[in-house]
Amino acid sequence: MLWYTGKRLLQMIPVFFGATFLIYFMVFSLPGDPIAALFGDRQPAPGVIEQLRVQYHLDQPFIVQYFIYIGGFFHGDLGTTYSGRAVSDVMAAAFPITARLALLALFFESVAGILVGLVAGLRKGKLFDASALVVSLLLISVPTFVIGFILQYVFAVKLGWARTTVSSEAPLSELILPAIVLASVSFAYIVRLTRASVSENLGADFVRTATAKGLSRRRVVTVHVLRNSLVPVVTFLGVDLGSLMVGAIVTEGIFNINGVGGTVYKAIKLGEGPTVVSFIAVMVVIFVLANLLVDLLYAALDPRIRYAK
Amino acid sequence: MSQTVIEPVSTAVRDENSPLLEIRDLEVGFQTQHGVVPAVRGVNLTLYPGQTLAIVGESGSGKTTTAQAIINLLANTGTVTAGQILFEGRDLTTLKPKEMQDVRGRLIGYVPQDPMSNLNPVWNIGFQVEEAIRANGGAMSRKAAKLRTIEVLKEAGLSDAEDRLKQFPHQFSGGMRQRVLIGIGLSARPKLLIADEPTSALDVTVQRQILDHLATLTRDYGTSVLFITHDLGLAAERAEQLVVMYKGKVVESGPSQEILANPQHPYTQRLVAAAPSLASRRIQSAKHSVAVDTDVSAAGANDQVLVNRAIEREQAAPAKDLISVQGISKMYRIRTKGFKYNELLAVNDVSFGIKKGTTTALVGESGSGKSTVAKLILQLESITSGQIEFDGQDVAGLKGADLLKFRRRVQPVFQDPYGSLDPQYNVGNTIAEPLLAHKVGTAKERQARVRELLDQVSLPWASRHRYPSELSGGQRQRIAIARALALKPDVLVLDEAVSALDVLVQGQVLNLLTELQTELDLTYLFITHDLAVVRLVADNVCVMQQGRIVEAATTDEVFDNPRQSYTQELLAAIPGGNFEFGR
Repeated sequence: MLWYTGKRLLQMIPVFFGATFLIYFMVFSLPGDPIAALFGDRQPAPGVIEQLRVQYHLDQPFIVQYFIYIGGFFHGDLGTTYSGRAVSDVMAAAFPITARLALLALFFESVAGILVGLVAGLRKGKLFDASALVVSLLLISVPTFVIGFILQYVFAVKLGWARTTVSSEAPLSELILPAIVLASVSFAYIVRLTRASVSENLGADFVRTATAKGLSRRRVVTVHVLRNSLVPVVTFLGVDLGSLMVGAIVTEGIFNINGVGGTVYKAIKLGEGPTVVSFIAVMVVIFVLANLLVDLLYAALDPRIRYAK
Repeated sequence: MSQTVIEPVSTAVRDENSPLLEIRDLEVGFQTQHGVVPAVRGVNLTLYPGQTLAIVGESGSGKTTTAQAIINLLANTGTVTAGQILFEGRDLTTLKPKEMQDVRGRLIGYVPQDPMSNLNPVWNIGFQVEEAIRANGGAMSRKAAKLRTIEVLKEAGLSDAEDRLKQFPHQFSGGMRQRVLIGIGLSARPKLLIADEPTSALDVTVQRQILDHLATLTRDYGTSVLFITHDLGLAAERAEQLVVMYKGKVVESGPSQEILANPQHPYTQRLVAAAPSLASRRIQSAKHSVAVDTDVSAAGANDQVLVNRAIEREQAAPAKDLISVQGISKMYRIRTKGFKYNELLAVNDVSFGIKKGTTTALVGESGSGKSTVAKLILQLESITSGQIEFDGQDVAGLKGADLLKFRRRVQPVFQDPYGSLDPQYNVGNTIAEPLLAHKVGTAKERQARVRELLDQVSLPWASRHRYPSELSGGQRQRIAIARALALKPDVLVLDEAVSALDVLVQGQVLNLLTELQTELDLTYLFITHDLAVVRLVADNVCVMQQGRIVEAATTDEVFDNPRQSYTQELLAAIPGGNFEFGR
């Protein structure tokens, strides 16, 4: 297992370089001149533009820019935004907020999703199951921003249980409503995954044997059905953690949260190579680590999966 | 009220001679989209303490449903619609879920059919046994429960139980898993054990060991056994009482010996006639009697024809071998840890020859290498050393067009009639596929050939539009045979081609194969673990053990005069081999 973990961590090196290189290349190939765009309609002195170009290495060929950036990265220098702020400061402000939001959403969707999915699977064909299926279908088909605006209107504007917008510190209590919005679609998928998995495992031979042993229904369900049903759900959660970090853009927009999504969106519009690449690099690392965690969880859930090779 | 109708069951009169289990007019139905489909239609049976009773029938006869109804293990859609199940005088069909939970495991143990799927793959063996002990033994300290777990597993025949508690089901062999399941079933010393085909997924020799062990345990504990099986020979050997079920009804019941010696119901008669282990006995005796009863016959009644054919074949057989296998070996390298390998010699210096128009059987337990030999001959795997000649030509290095030509002449039929047909292909396309792959004929000619083939395997022309899921196991295997015959091959390699089929269907398919052999002058390599089947179809037998051929001779020699102790063991393990059967 240790050997496997080490090997997987080593695999992150090529993934890191590949991802950053590709992103840098894509930002570089974006049309338009980022420096000229900074000044809008006003024409600055020609010398100023030249000076800025040299400062941001924009006069160098693409490959040189990339290595200057990577060199800085390993010295802890992530470069500066075109407005002069250190990229590392921007990240330190944005990431904790989005991480809190994403983890809270992950918590909601897994706890509620597995619970609802389990009950629906156990009562397949009954009223609860049918309603769970309808609700999950609704959540999947209605766009996130519609759900977001509805919940914002009902809970913040009408009932006043939550704030319409989140303050700049974004404490956990204020993030509950945005997290529910962010979790809604994944919650629906988890309900459906868990339901299918539970109802399949209920028909398994070993469940019948467990019943024949004289075990209580509760024990049969929790010990023999639930654990076996979690493997596909865990896969989904691992992939989902990554998309929650990125997909928070819409939710962050609705509740005016200064997180990763908004920052990256702005940086892409401005063509700020170093900012975009730094954020993406961190996300790639998070994605890879989350998937590693999923694979390790697999082995814990299902002993048949061994990672010796 | 109905009380006047039902016989009063008083607890006072219950003694040694009152039944432990009495099923009265039991009816079970399954809820489907088209209403309730009855699976069990009025079953009656009585089991006394200490007795062993076997329910025999083919799949779909309702035998398993009857057994599961006793402790209400029916799937959600199944319900008891009428009748009573009296256990020590108490009607189990009226119990509340909580009361039934008390009966399960503690009073009535259950050993399921398939050891591969009946242990939860994510919990270790110790946990799963201990769970059963705790559920039925009341409050118990962890240490006491663990000691009892080891005791139960040891009784069930796992001598190294202490070391294996932490292991998971996938680390156990099929036989070992079945021992664990038997241990679980008997852990609370129930009064009744329901054993639902407990060994049908296992090799004959393992089956014998496990059933012997089960018999010893239940005798020692005084446990009654309700034994469910499709194998008449096995039932006769293991149970005093037989109940024969057919389409949800009991068609015959009584003492085993009596039923086998003198079956009354036509279905039982067919079963007795078709059981290959019994028919095999009659291959010689059939020489004296004349078989006329072709209507109810499966394999058995046509023995005279088979014997004649065999004699003809022997006389007509040319001196030269069509397939000649000389000293072949196959080494597999199994990766263990990191870059280390273990070498496994699956086939070790095997030599034999098959003459044109004859059948050679390769027999052995699973893991003996018999299927690997088939793959090597079919050129699906490359040989490590040795030589395989087909029609005087070395086939080892065949490539491209030559290999295709070889494949046209040597075709396989595999064991699983469910897995070897593409569910998305209808029957006509399935049979025509080899013709298409080898670019034989025009569309019209191919269709004519499909018609001819369907006719040869006795399937109607209309069945070409049907899909595998709509067909029975026997029909599927006929299609697999038709597909193999499409290219007019010289050789069929039949890898356990009839092992997954019910006895009656098995008999029909074997009959078809022998007919086709004479008609088309085919050569068969027949791979099976079932010696009883071998007796019916094979001219020569090679017995394999651990990758080697330990005995090779004509079928008669092997059966009448087995020289190797291993062959004798295999023969002795055929269930029902020691019984005399009437017709």
